[in-house]
Formats: sequence, C-alpha cells, structure tokens
Amino acid sequence: MHGRPRTAPKPEDAAASAAKAQKLRALQSQFLSYHHNRIYTKEALDASAKLLEVNPEYYTAWNYRKLAVEHRVKESDSSPESVKSVFDDELKVVENALRQNFKSYGAWYHRKWVLSKGHSSLDHELQLLDRFQKADSRNFHAWNYRRFVAALLGRSVEDELQYTEDLIGNNFSNYSAWHNRSMLLSEILKKKEQESSSQDIISKEYEFVLNALYTDPDDQSGWFYHLWLLDQTFKAKAPLLVSSWPVPGSDLVVSGNVSLADHPLSSFSEFAVALERFPVVLYFNQTVEGVNSSTVTIQSTFVQNEDVTWKPLSPQNSRASKVWVGYLDLSGVDHHSSASHTVEIKLGHHQGIMSSNGLQLSIPFDLSFTVSAKPLETQSSKEEKVAWEEDRFYACETHLQLAIPSLCYDGIAVENKYEPTTSDWQIGTIAEEISQIRNLLAISDSKIGKITLARLLMAHDAMSSPYATKTVHAEEVLGLYSELMKLDSSHSQYYRDERSLVLLQQLLSSREMLLRYCFCYGGITSSSTYGPICLRLNNQSISRMGSFDKLLWVQMLDLSDNELHSIEGLEAMQLLQCLNLGRNKLRSFTALDPLRYLKSLKVLSISHNEIGLHSIDTTRYSCSASPLSHNGEIIWSHDVFPPEDSDVTNYWEAFMVFKSLELTQLDIVGNAVTNEKFKSFLPKVLPKLQFLDGQNLHRI
Amino acid sequence: MTELPPYPPIEPSDFDLVIVGTGLPESILAAAASAAGKSVLHLDPNPFYGSHFASLLPDDLSSFLEKPRPSYPDPAAAPGGDDLATASVDLRSLYSDVEISSFAPETLEQHSRKFNLDLSGPRVLFCADKAIDAILRSGANQYVEFKSIDASLFYDKGGNLVNVPDSRAAIFKDKSLSLVEKNVLMKFFKRVQQHFSGDGESDRISEEDLASPFVEFLAKMRLPEKIKSVILYAIAMADYDQEDKEACKVVISTKEGMERLALHHSSVGRFANAVGALIYPIYGQGELAQAFCRRAAVKGCIYVLRMPVIALLIDKESGQYRGVRLGSGQDIFSRKLVLEPSFTVPSLRGSLPLNSLMENVQVKAKVARGICILTSSLRPDVSNFLIVYPPRSLYPEQVTSVRVLQIGANLAVCPSGMFVLYLSALCDEASEGKKILHSAINGLINLDDSKISESTSASTVQTEEARADPLLLWKALYIQELTAGQVETVSSTPMPDGSLGFNDALDATVKLFQTIYPHEPFFPETPTEDPEDDGALSVEM
Repeated sequence: MHGRPRTAPKPEDAAASAAKAQKLRALQSQFLSYHHNRIYTKEALDASAKLLEVNPEYYTAWNYRKLAVEHRVKESDSSPESVKSVFDDELKVVENALRQNFKSYGAWYHRKWVLSKGHSSLDHELQLLDRFQKADSRNFHAWNYRRFVAALLGRSVEDELQYTEDLIGNNFSNYSAWHNRSMLLSEILKKKEQESSSQDIISKEYEFVLNALYTDPDDQSGWFYHLWLLDQTFKAKAPLLVSSWPVPGSDLVVSGNVSLADHPLSSFSEFAVALERFPVVLYFNQTVEGVNSSTVTIQSTFVQNEDVTWKPLSPQNSRASKVWVGYLDLSGVDHHSSASHTVEIKLGHHQGIMSSNGLQLSIPFDLSFTVSAKPLETQSSKEEKVAWEEDRFYACETHLQLAIPSLCYDGIAVENKYEPTTSDWQIGTIAEEISQIRNLLAISDSKIGKITLARLLMAHDAMSSPYATKTVHAEEVLGLYSELMKLDSSHSQYYRDERSLVLLQQLLSSREMLLRYCFCYGGITSSSTYGPICLRLNNQSISRMGSFDKLLWVQMLDLSDNELHSIEGLEAMQLLQCLNLGRNKLRSFTALDPLRYLKSLKVLSISHNEIGLHSIDTTRYSCSASPLSHNGEIIWSHDVFPPEDSDVTNYWEAFMVFKSLELTQLDIVGNAVTNEKFKSFLPKVLPKLQFLDGQNLHRI
Repeated sequence: MTELPPYPPIEPSDFDLVIVGTGLPESILAAAASAAGKSVLHLDPNPFYGSHFASLLPDDLSSFLEKPRPSYPDPAAAPGGDDLATASVDLRSLYSDVEISSFAPETLEQHSRKFNLDLSGPRVLFCADKAIDAILRSGANQYVEFKSIDASLFYDKGGNLVNVPDSRAAIFKDKSLSLVEKNVLMKFFKRVQQHFSGDGESDRISEEDLASPFVEFLAKMRLPEKIKSVILYAIAMADYDQEDKEACKVVISTKEGMERLALHHSSVGRFANAVGALIYPIYGQGELAQAFCRRAAVKGCIYVLRMPVIALLIDKESGQYRGVRLGSGQDIFSRKLVLEPSFTVPSLRGSLPLNSLMENVQVKAKVARGICILTSSLRPDVSNFLIVYPPRSLYPEQVTSVRVLQIGANLAVCPSGMFVLYLSALCDEASEGKKILHSAINGLINLDDSKISESTSASTVQTEEARADPLLLWKALYIQELTAGQVETVSSTPMPDGSLGFNDALDATVKLFQTIYPHEPFFPETPTEDPEDDGALSVEM
C-alpha cells in the first residue's frame, strides 16, 4: 500500500500477536512432521492450507503442497476431472492466502506454478486480478501476474493496452499502469517494421502523457513515462567514434624520456610525448565492447597490429567502456633519426564493436598520423618542482593558436565527413516537446518540468551535432539548473553536477573558447621556446568533470578551486602528467580511483580537500578499489610491501590509488588525513616521489 | 378518498410527535425522533410513501398533480371535548400549470406498472451529501441501493455537450479542454483543497474573498471564461446567471461556492463503485423516504397511510396545540405536530411568528419541472447522466440554469428500453418556466436528431434499432411552489427545493429536529445493531 502511515501497535495487539505466534508454532511443527514423513492425507493438506492462510510467506509449506499435488495426481485415476480438482484446490488455497496478504511472493508464485501445469480454467483469473488491482492498483505482484495470465490467455497486446489506458484514466498517478503500458508498447514497437508507424504510435503517446503533465505537473508518474518516450524517440542509435588521440592528421614528435620541467615544447602543431610508448585513445559516444586487434587494425612500420592490446578504461571491471586505450611501443623508432613514421588505424570496417543494445559501429573511421623522434637533447639533471602559482602561467596567445591544432576540435567529423543520423521526425519531436514543456513552465512551477526541459534542450543541442560542439541552449540550461539548486535543495548536488557538465561543454564549445583557458606554464624559456600548455579550468564552480572527449590531448590540467567531489571519467585523459585538484571537495582516496589508470601522471596536487574528514566514505560503495571487492586489479608486490605492513592496511585506500602511480611530486597538505605518520608512509608507496608538499625528500 | 376504509382505532392515542406526510424531511424526522426514543405516529393521507418526494406511476403522478385535494367535512360538527376547540386544516395546491401529454397510450398501458417517476426530479445524491451521512447513520442504508450517474455534461457556448471536468481524472481524460486549460483548472481545484485542508494562514482564502461573489473570485483567479462557466453552473450548480447582477436573484458567495466544490470533490471517489460524484437510488428517489420510514418503524414508529388529518385540537384556554383529529374521526394527542407543506392551518397562521427553515429558498420563485419518457437514450454510450444548460445557453432571456437528468431502465424507473428524462429550472412566472423547459426539450431532441443523421450517413450499416430516434412517449410539465417550512408547536416541512441534491433539505430537517428536540442527538453515532452491515452504502456497478 502506498501513502498509508503505519500505526504503532497497541499493547493488546502485542498480546494477540504473541498468542497467534504460539498457535502458529504448534501448527508449524505439526505441519513439518507431516512434511518429513511425506504424509499427504486430507488432514495433512488441511494443516498446510491453514498454515498458509495465516502465514502465506512460509515457502516450505508451498513446496510441500507442490509435492502433495504430484502425489495426489499420481494416486488419482488421472481422469481430467480429478486432476483438475486437485489443481483447483490449490487455486483456492492461494486465493485464501492472498486475501491474507496480497503481496505474498510464495502465494503468487504457487498460483503461477498451478496455472502453468495447464489443468485449470483461466476464466476466473482476470476477475481475481481486477479485485487485487482495485485493492492496490500498484501491487506489482498483481501486475506481474497479469502479464503472465494475459500471455496464457493469449490476450492481445491491444486489449491489455486499453486496460492500462482505463486504469490511467481512473488515476493517472498509477505508475504501475504507465509502466505496463511502456512494456506493452515496447512489444508493439518491436513488431512494427515501418518506422513511420512506430513514430505515429510514439507521437500519440506524447499527446496522451502531456494531458497528465499539464493536469498535474507535480505528479511524477507521467514524467517518468515521458522520459521513457524520449528514450524511445532516440534509441537505437549506433555507436560512433567521437574523439581520439592522436588526432587524425597530426604529426607527433616524440622527445624521449625526459622530465616535464625539462623539455620545452619546441614547435608548432606538434605534440610531444615523453614516453617510450604512447597511448592511442578511442572515445565513443556510448559504452561499447569488442575493441580488439581484429576490430581495430593498426598499420605502421614500427608496431605490429597484434602487439597492441586494447583495454577498456572503466573503473568497474567491465568489458565495455566508452573509452578504450591501446599502447604503441616506440622502441622500434630510431630516436636519432627524425624520419617520420605513418600510423594508420582503421576501425568500423568489420563488425564486432557494438553498443550495449547490440548495435554495431557501422560508420568506418580511419585515423592516420605520423610519429617522428626528436633527437635527445642533453639531459639536465636539475630537478624542478611544478609550482601552481598564478605567476607561472602565461597567456601566449599566438603560440597557443598554432600549438593547439583546430583538428582537436572537429577532427573526426571533418575527416570522416560525418552525416547526421537524426531524422527530421526526431528533431521535430524534440522541438515540439521543448515548446510544450516551456508552455507548461510558463504557467506552472514544476521542478521535474524544469529538469525535463534542461534535458530536452541538451538533447536538442547534441542532436544537431553529435560532437556537441554547438551549445545553443547552454545559457538557458545553466539558468534552469541554477534555479533548481535553489528550489530543491535536497537534490542540489545532482543539479550542481549536471550544471557543471553543461558549463564544461560551454567552456569547451569551440577552439576559440578553449584557447581562453590555455596557458603556457613557465612562459618563454631561455631558448625562446615555450613551456608546456596547461588547461586551467580553476575557479569555475565545477562539481563534476566532463567533456573528456575534448580533452584527450591535455598533459597539464589545473582544476583547483572548484567543488569537485568526484573525478569520474578522468581516466580517459591518458596523457595527463600534471594535475592540480587542490581546494576541491574530494572526500576520500577512493574518489581518486580514476587516477590509477593515468600511467603518465607525475605531478599531483590534492591539497586542501576533505580527505579523511568524513568518517563514512560514500564513494566506497560505488568504487571497485576496496579490500572487500575482488575486481580491482590487485598486484601484490611482496618484496616492497609485505601485506602485513600495518601502514598498508591502515591506509588501504591511499595504497590502492598510489601503488600504480609513479608520482614525483605530491601535494596533500590541508586534508584531515595528513599527519606525520601518513606522510612517512607515502614515500614507501611512491618510491619515485621527490617533492612532498613542496619539500624535496631527496635533500633531507 | 371521501369513502375512507374503516380503520381500527390507533392505540395508544397519545404520542410525543405526530407527523403528517411521508416526504423525505418528514421521514427522516420520524426516524430521528424514533431513534431518540420518542413515540411517533406517522400519517399520510396518500396511499403511497413519499408525499412530494415520491416516485409514482404516470397515472398516479398525474392525479397527484392535477386533482384538487378533497376538503374535509367541517370538524366543528364533532367537538372533541369540553376544554378543546378545533381548528380546521386547509389543503393548498402547490402545483400549477400542469400539462400532461401522452403520445403512445397503448405502449404505456402495456407497461403501466413498471414506472417509478420522481415528483421532485431531477434530483440525485452527491456521494458526500449530508443525506448520505443521514442514511448511513440512521441505518436506512439497509433498505436502499444505489447506482452511479455515469456522466455529467455541460452545454457550452458553442452549443456542444461536453463532459464536465469535475475531478483530477476527468480533467486528464477530457477531450475538449486545451492543455493549458487543464492545468489552470486543476490548479484551481488544488487551491480549493488547500483552503479546506491546509493549516497555514496562507492556505486559507481571505475572509474578504470568501464574502465576495464567487463569480468575482473566479475572475480574480484568472480562470478562462469557459472554465468559470463550468465551475459556476455544472459544479457549483448555480441557478441564476451570476454575471448579470440584475437578473441574478441568488448570488453565490465565494464561501458557498467553495463549499459546493468541496462537496463535489469529496463525493468523487467516496464509494468504490461510484464513477463520479453522483448516485441515484434504484427504484427512484421515493425509495429514500421509504427507507427512513422503515428505519423509523423498526424503532417503534407507527405508520398509517390513507389517513388524513381533518382538524387540529386546540386547548380552549391557552390556545395551545393538543392533538389532531384524523379522517377516521379518532382524536390523537401529541406534544408536537409536523405537517407536510400542503397543509395549512389558517387559524394559526399570522398569530404566530414564522420561523423559516430554509434561508436560501426564494419563496417567491417557483420551480418548473418536466418529465419525459423516451424510447431510447439521448446519448448512445451512457444511459444515466446529467446535463446542465447554463443561463443564456438556450436563448438570451434565459436567466436560470436548466438541469436535465436521464435515468435508464437499469435503475428500475421504467421498462427496459425506455428512458426517463427529468428537467427543472427556477422561474418567477409559470410561462417563463415552461418556455425554458420547452426550449431545452426541443434542443435535446433536435440536437440528437442531427447527430443521428450524421452518424447514419457516415456508416449506413449501423443497426437501425440502436440508432433509432428517441421518441417521446409521455410528457409532464408542471410548476411547483417553493415553501421554506416553519418551526413552531405546529411545524411544517419545506417543499422539495430547486437544487439537484438533498443538502439543503437535510439542513432544514436537522434544524427542525433540533428545534423540536434541542437536547436529543440527530442520529447518534453507531446506530447499527447488525455488525454485518456497518455503515456501508450499497452502490451497484
């Protein structure tokens, strides 16, 4: 039952229930003795029936009755009548039990079992259901059973659809009826071969549900159905590759294994990777699986296709991910010759990469870029720490204009002459819904209406361009989320997160916009070359990071002075070497889990967060890296860290994040967890660490 | 009627209360007084229960309306005793301009016993009506069953009959309202609900607004014209054109309007089997009065039908009422007397100040009522429904609403296949009332004609029988006076009022009971002796 307050039991009720329990226990022990001795006499059956009438949740008794039915059928003269009467007895027992508790799993299951044997008449079932659905129109047992009976009876989907329409007409807050309607319509839509007839059905449903939304915008049932309809309108979208690193057509210069501070970026339109192997990142518009050396082929002079292993970048140990990474081994490249090597990557030519709903990546993508080695300069041995101070960053506009190629932006779209797959009907539908919801909001203040509008507008923008570079409605959406944060404070974190994602899309919506946030670290160095490019998204009130597809190239990222509580998705930024997460709202080391995938990360600041401040770590429940879960890739290195080391167990979460990193610089000051003991533990887990909170460890 | 059958004398001859007439107010009073332990004698000069609230056969209805009541022999001829004087009782006719036409006497003759035509129709019960509470509290629910009125329709400015969006579900399902109108209307309903259930001061509608005319409040709430009209006439059931200050004799205040809306809303969904706000008793409204009479009889009330009262017995010295002389000649003594409104006591009138029971009744106004027997339903999809014609929807001079109720054979008011149509409208003059009813009847029949021709041309294969024009078999039009009732030693009950429900009549009855018996509860709670039947109302599917 819904919306009915529970009343506290009175003392006399307690006494009565004690007496009932006493009686029940006696009945139960008697029943069990029948059961154990396999007695199926009338008295025995009556005892079980009586027991079930009092307590329909007693599974053993239902199972006993199943055995009894088998026994009785075997003993009977096996005429249809006598078999039917055996089963009819069961139906009666179930009905009595349901009268006691119409949400008893055991009773409903037993009824299904009886009917599936096919000896009983089904005529009574719909009537029975009507009664139970009237008693509680949202009894999901009854609804499940209704679907079962409707299938047995061969009732047409249209009849059942009409039934949901009737119930919704009586009370459109009946979420169960809406839900069943969506189930039935899915079935109908699956059968429709012509797209236009499916579209007609969906359009009619929009009209239907708008009546509910307008009549009572505060009722959620209709909105949920509306959301389902939107899903139907845009579903069956084939996966697309939306972004990659390297960018197609780029020329990479590999400058060998040098420290970041030491290697200035020499020239234009070139990316430098200070690695012996470098990543190829494929970023899809949705979760896909099946990325491997047979679905993605790499042709180059220095690496064999079969040698590349593609890994999904997802914190959950799943085989599917939006982002995949493969590492190319550079050992075959001659570091002393500046000859460039072409790498060609082809995907989508063969089936195999597919989305969770089984759709194949069907548009082929070809990426090609060149790699050349830069002769090693004399290595300076000076160790310089990265300072995140404001005066270290320079706006070197002309340099950046050239250094960040426009290909970063619509590289894939341009390269592949992408044609939009959204139909006029879809765009028309979403535009219509936007105007309907806007009209509604003009006369009614509805939280759920506002969030729906925000989602619709974002969907509209995304549809006009699958690479989401156009954000026509961003300002309006930001305004909606800001309003919602005020209106609905209990969900403000959710709105803040959604707002952050939109804000990031807006900030990164074009190359011109992006350039405003790019700076040269250290400015022009002595040799008239430039320091590394840093993307500075600090102080933007961002609570959640997003738009990673635009940021695959970033090696230095400043996210300080935001409101981040999670860095989910950051694992896509495989080139990241320096990351500033200072002065955010990160609450635990488990929230830093995505860092584990950033093999290039050297410099990290997590100073002035809230790590260790809150005793309950909510991230832990959703993350894999905890001692309780076994899906994290735990590699014990017994030599360095004997598991019995008490520090490891004390700082397990920190250990899990840091053990796979090779940080040279870490700032962790200003967190509740930071104390001398912890600081003495860190160099043990991070042997390459040179600067801890600004102190040079090697000089001590 | 002058030849009265010989009656055995009534024993005892002394009662706490004598009630003459078995209309609904009198019957409820009898049941309430009996339940309070009073000895009650309940008389009716007619051979049937219900008086002005009765359901009758066509012929009986005609004779009840048309025949002048017999005047009784001068009671002074047989003086009651030395210390008692007699005061004559007059009968007044409360019906005029009776116009009855039968268009198919043979057909009606065949089924002559199968009708139950309401004298005071159209009248239905709101599920949250005070009358329902009285039925439940008195235990009269054991004797009467109900069915739901399936639809409520409204004649809009464009001349279409549209469903009345009177509940959340009805608004959702409505086909004629725009989405914005749905939103505005539901918002207003929520506002009404908030006013009654909210606890904050901000939830309440201000006293100033409550005292203002409802029509002004609706305008202030910025309700569109169409919705305003639906609320005023089809939900709040306003009789007079609320927009026309001159013609509007009864202006509904916001407070009253809100209460009527609340009654409507609490009616929807009160009983599981009732589809809307309204229900109707199977076998006609006359059943209600009978149910209360049965209840009274269980509690010891004595019933005698076909028994007129011919005179009042008055104490010579004090001039106080002492008793009544019956048509049988027997003298009955009682402390109190309640008479149905046909009876007047000329000698008492004027000497005593009138204490009116119904403030709302415009005694000067009359009700025009009409009954039609049809051969098929006006609507193909439903058989029991209500139609409201708001003022000026039929013709510009129409200043009052017309309400039309069609009841089908499934409510056992007519033979199967036939339908009874009740109409009513308030009027000042008989001619005006007749004009309104005629116009409504013509409109309904014509409206349906055009509809039928359309649908048959569209699909000629339709079975002719199902699509047959509704033929008028029988028609009665009459003008009924309104009386407010009065309370004194000799009290009288009000006539059926011009409203659709029983709320006002119930209020008057409660007031009458409480004036006569100020210290007795009106149907104390938990009257049921029978635990099987604890206060459930039987509404059939």
